[in-house]
Amino acid sequence: MRYLLGRVQRLLIVLLVVTFSTFLLVSVLPGDVAYQIGGMDASEAEIAEIREELGLNQPVVLRYLEWLTRLAQGDWGRSLLTGESVWSMIIERVPISLELMLLAQVMALAIAVPAGILSAWRPNGWADRFITSLGFACVSMPGFMTAILLIYFFSLHLGWLPATGYEPLSAGLWANLKPMILPALSLALVEWTVLMRTLRAEMITTLQENYISLARAKGMSTTRVLLAHALRPSSFSLVTILGLQVARLLGGAIILEQIYGIPGIGRLLIHAVYTRDLIVIQGCVTFFALTYVIVNFLVDLAYAWLDPRVREARAHG
Amino acid sequence: MVDLASLRPVEGRASAAPSDRHARAIAEHRRSRGLGVVFWLSASWLTLVIVVAAFAPLLGLVAPDESDWMALKAPIGSENHILGTDPLGRDVLSRVIYGARVSLTVGFTAPAIGVGIGLVLGLAAGYYRGWVDEIIGIAIDSWLAIPGLVILLLFSVLYGGSLFMVCLSLGLLFIPSAARITRAATLTCTGREYVIAARALGASDLRIITREVFPNIIWPLLAFVMIDIPIAIVVEGSLSFLGLSVQAPTPSWGGMISEGREYLEASPHLSLVPTAVMFLTVLSFNLAGDAMRKRVSGGRSGAI
Repeated sequence: MRYLLGRVQRLLIVLLVVTFSTFLLVSVLPGDVAYQIGGMDASEAEIAEIREELGLNQPVVLRYLEWLTRLAQGDWGRSLLTGESVWSMIIERVPISLELMLLAQVMALAIAVPAGILSAWRPNGWADRFITSLGFACVSMPGFMTAILLIYFFSLHLGWLPATGYEPLSAGLWANLKPMILPALSLALVEWTVLMRTLRAEMITTLQENYISLARAKGMSTTRVLLAHALRPSSFSLVTILGLQVARLLGGAIILEQIYGIPGIGRLLIHAVYTRDLIVIQGCVTFFALTYVIVNFLVDLAYAWLDPRVREARAHG
Repeated sequence: MVDLASLRPVEGRASAAPSDRHARAIAEHRRSRGLGVVFWLSASWLTLVIVVAAFAPLLGLVAPDESDWMALKAPIGSENHILGTDPLGRDVLSRVIYGARVSLTVGFTAPAIGVGIGLVLGLAAGYYRGWVDEIIGIAIDSWLAIPGLVILLLFSVLYGGSLFMVCLSLGLLFIPSAARITRAATLTCTGREYVIAARALGASDLRIITREVFPNIIWPLLAFVMIDIPIAIVVEGSLSFLGLSVQAPTPSWGGMISEGREYLEASPHLSLVPTAVMFLTVLSFNLAGDAMRKRVSGGRSGAI
């Protein structure tokens, strides 16, 4: 319990630091928000008025606190371009990005877990070497490159899957999934390596434990030893990595949404970057940080739940 | 009594014949002595890329932004244009070579910046502990809470996409990992006898850090830089793919891949040539780095 409280405290501080720094970055910008709202031909008096109205003349800390209070009340500000509420813009797009990331993570796990087990079974054996080399190749292939190749083969050559586009779930499950397969695969093909290596390393250690030797001495089959005895105790790091990967996945999703034309939160952010819509950028960054913090807290919870020893060790450590 | 050790699956079959085991030991020894074929292949490719990029102006190439209006979208193997031309008639080979300059500059500079700053922070955190450690820890956690690409996007809005800014902002991304590794190494190091002895002799903190701690932590950190180089190249590629790295007409690999996307069906080489070159370069950095790390740490690999 004390361990968890400590974590919550730390994560809250992290959240404050992140939001304050982005707030600072956005507000020290040359030609601040007032000029953006007022437009090119606004007079100095008009600018001053907008500044007064937005409270831009107050010290930055006060403004930050005010922004934070409004944030807590659900007011994330409005887009400088469309006047749309940032919160509703984000919330509209979250499920789409979430679907992409979940699909990608499931695919990555589906590749990584069997590969990791196979690889750890005989380190330096032919299977291990093959899988490790494949991992090297995949890691050297950033998502946007994989995406180009996948589009080239599956969309243009074979014509199996659409190259871009998005269909809402209301159009049917398959119609919705079909354009998501390539983007998710592009993301998964990069991510699985990290998961596989983590599982492999921990599994190799686990396989040297005495109880594994005992299980084998009893005459238990290799498959059963690997799956029933070794997998669960080897999956702690995997769970942690899954949490840490959220930031990476978000980063990867941004670029893939752009390539495949998926209207997710990454596309929103990139569009905001291209159009310099600062309030939207700020909202997106805050949202990413919030997601990261929450996911990491959940990972800590899962970790403590999976392995009771952690609770004890960390509480005293 | 059953010999548990001989049953361990990782040690290979317990029933292996002695001669077999002997032969394997020799093979193992031979393998561990050299850096291996893979390393030399990667190193050759990297040398080629680096040399060609460095001496690009002396190679007698067509300028990367010069248009040949007689040959638009020429395929691979055309006369005068070995790797073809893009829709503006610019030579793909020349653009790939000049693009390598951007990728390599970022690849070498950004990790150097990140590791430099991370080193100082990690040393301070690991050596002084206490509140210094706490503050640096929070700063690093906060830095990690935002996806790297988002930080880069933010910087590109704020400060624009010059090569210098790209190197600098990308370098900042490498601070957390470098700082963490340095901190961990410093923690182990400061508990050692020679540090305690130096302190007992009245050495100042600065002297202990620079003369005792630093030489002992620099090697694991340098091995780490080898991992950062390909990452930096990949991230710069992503940025230029989005059009947020160096601006046109300077060619960059990511930019070329992105420009070729529209013509993927009719002229796939526009995207696929820079993709292949970038893939080989990143792969070579990864493989070479892994081989070197294996050699240093005695056989463990795959630590990315």
